[in-house]
Amino acid sequence: MTPLLQVENIAKFYGARIGCTDVSFDLYPGEVMGIVGESGSGKSTLLNTLAGHLTPDRGAVRFDTRADGLRDTVTMSEPERRMLSRTDWAFVHQHARDGLRMNVSAGGNVGERLMAVGARHYGDIRASATDWLGRVEINEDRIDDRPSAFSGGMQQRLQIARNLVTGPRLVFMDEPTGGLDVSVQARLLDLLRGLVREMGLSAIIVTHDLAVVRLLADRLMVMKDGHVVETGLTDQVLDDPQHGYTQLLVSSVLQV
Amino acid sequence: MIRVENVSKSFTLHNQGAAVIPVMRGGELTVARGECVALTGASGAGKSTLMRMIYGNYLTASGRIMVGDLDVAQAAPREILELRRHVLGYVSQFLRVVPRVATLDVVAEPLRAVGSSEAEARARAGELLAQLNIPERLWQLSPTTFSGGEQQRVNIARGFAHPYPVLLLDEPTASLDATNRATVLALIEEAKARGTAILGIFHDEAARDQICDREVDVTRFTPGLAA
Amino acid sequence: MSPAMTQSDQDLQEDRGMNDYNFAYLDEQTKRMIRRAILKGLAIPGYQVPFASREMPMPYGWGTGGVQVSAAVLTPEDTFKVIDQGADDTTNAVSIRRFFQKTAGVAVTEATTEASVIQTRHRIPEAALREDQVLVYQVPIPEPLRFLEPSEVETRKMHELEEYGLMHVKLYEDIAQHGAIATAYAYPVKVGGRYVMDPSPIPKFDNPKLEMAAIQLFGAGREQRIYALPPYTQVVSLDFEDHPFEASKADHPCGLCGAEDSYLDELIVDDAGGRLFMCSDTDYCAARQAAGHRGADAAPVVEGMA
Repeated sequence: MTPLLQVENIAKFYGARIGCTDVSFDLYPGEVMGIVGESGSGKSTLLNTLAGHLTPDRGAVRFDTRADGLRDTVTMSEPERRMLSRTDWAFVHQHARDGLRMNVSAGGNVGERLMAVGARHYGDIRASATDWLGRVEINEDRIDDRPSAFSGGMQQRLQIARNLVTGPRLVFMDEPTGGLDVSVQARLLDLLRGLVREMGLSAIIVTHDLAVVRLLADRLMVMKDGHVVETGLTDQVLDDPQHGYTQLLVSSVLQV
Repeated sequence: MIRVENVSKSFTLHNQGAAVIPVMRGGELTVARGECVALTGASGAGKSTLMRMIYGNYLTASGRIMVGDLDVAQAAPREILELRRHVLGYVSQFLRVVPRVATLDVVAEPLRAVGSSEAEARARAGELLAQLNIPERLWQLSPTTFSGGEQQRVNIARGFAHPYPVLLLDEPTASLDATNRATVLALIEEAKARGTAILGIFHDEAARDQICDREVDVTRFTPGLAA
Repeated sequence: MSPAMTQSDQDLQEDRGMNDYNFAYLDEQTKRMIRRAILKGLAIPGYQVPFASREMPMPYGWGTGGVQVSAAVLTPEDTFKVIDQGADDTTNAVSIRRFFQKTAGVAVTEATTEASVIQTRHRIPEAALREDQVLVYQVPIPEPLRFLEPSEVETRKMHELEEYGLMHVKLYEDIAQHGAIATAYAYPVKVGGRYVMDPSPIPKFDNPKLEMAAIQLFGAGREQRIYALPPYTQVVSLDFEDHPFEASKADHPCGLCGAEDSYLDELIVDDAGGRLFMCSDTDYCAARQAAGHRGADAAPVVEGMA
């Protein structure tokens, strides 16, 4: 079976400083990969490099495009990469403000990606937007409200709807529940789990929260100082950690 | 269906002076289709450890663990995930669930994972929960607030929702009263009759004697304890 | 322009040669630079070409872009017309016309059919233009995406990669808030099937006229951009399948000449709120009246109205 994403020897440096290095893995359809690490571990650098927001200094990120099979997105032309990030890929930012247009209505935010790929029927676009708002549990009577009038959790759910409306196959998430209240986080995690399963999504999720990763991810990579120190099945890495740093992380988690 | 060959394992605690704790050496067992094998041995001898190694939850340092055609000790994560979805079921000692998910959906989850529709999966889940005497009024609640016995029964219902060809059971009858114990044993018998290969840990001797065909004493594999 | 000068001022200027303007005010090198920008604009219809906008003897916001384009395009043989909101006789139109009379000495006219170069603000003349004519538009904000995307870097990328989804988001928002696309002027268009362009603040009524036989040049002085449409370029106003573009049409005929197909200005004529609707294009109205057409409110012929 062809992997959906094939990451080979990715490295990103900031001058002499290592952002991330020697990262390789394959991701298959329907798999969720968690990347954990503390601040400065390189996890956000890695995520942004994989998603095409940063250019790596080394390595390849091959994606199984529908039309042409495995293509290296690092060497792709910019128009192609931007098209990919509007259709097959999605990126959920930690702060909803970075992933939404705050001065455009909720419906417009969700419809934008559809319009960007050629949707030209107002009624259909609005119907899709309404449907998606429902799926992320935002009341449809808020479709014409601006996100600036939404709570943090709602903004984050709107961001998810905006990203998933074109049916992407790979979703990048950067601390998707960071900064949200605990109960709001919980609701968001349930939503994400459900959508990932329903839509057969693959996802790469960066977080520092081990509980989030145990809930959402099938596989796990632990990063420290720009390197991947351990990788494997999530439950295995958390229950039988091999690397000293992973053991430290796991034992540091507070039990409720 | 299960063939464990010469497996070993040790834990290295890097943050405690790199202490190395060997827990298994020369582990061996087989479980054939339709067979129920019990793991025995003193507490701490390695029964749960071996079970977790077979499930892929613990890494195996050396040796082979064949479940069907797959060597779990060497398999890629993707292959183990696939195995767990279709072939290998595991009923652990403790229920660990996503909070806020309804009991019915917790039990239906393994069927949804193999592609059953929501309706079908929930119907089957309802059957099992009814069999295990979980009242219907509890089905929409999250099991996190249930009693130990109730949680264990939900756990078991989930384990039996999808007819796995291979099943690992860790203390399935603990915390259960006589009626429910009998129900669970009946479920296990049914599975055996279907040709399921079952490996179990039973502190309950009577249960063990009733449904298990063989016993394997893991003490033989424990370094330092072996006779 | 400058108020009437005293004799001594005039002598002073003549001594120093201050009355010697280069033809059409701009130096030849500047004109050449602007012509290059115009050629590039014509080669890539709708694409905003940056140019080095010069200091003009009028402030930004008063048509410096249009004036620079006209200055680069005019030759001594041209006949020049200037309209502002369709009228030849507003202060700005008169000022700009006199500016070119003084600095270029070209013939001027108010008759659309007699002009070879027409500079306009906010309207396209009603009379259909010909292949031998040039229409120069004054443009305040050339970037149609500016209000939704403040970053210049990002809007340039969007044009480069033909990523115009955001344009339709704006129209979507209009329909969601107002029930219909509310944009009444500066209605965005797609030209030559490629670039999305702001046609300058002309009423959407004029959008269909953008497909014409004349050359159209657009100049934005403050924003330093020139863009262009060669003759017969395809121009499509953006819309949705279920909310198609409609050029608004007036409910009234012109009160003076009776025209039913021209864009109208509304005039309050008395303190009781009486209204008169008349053609915004003064030359078009006058020509129709001269040909004998009369509207319901037509007064007897008055000196100076033509």
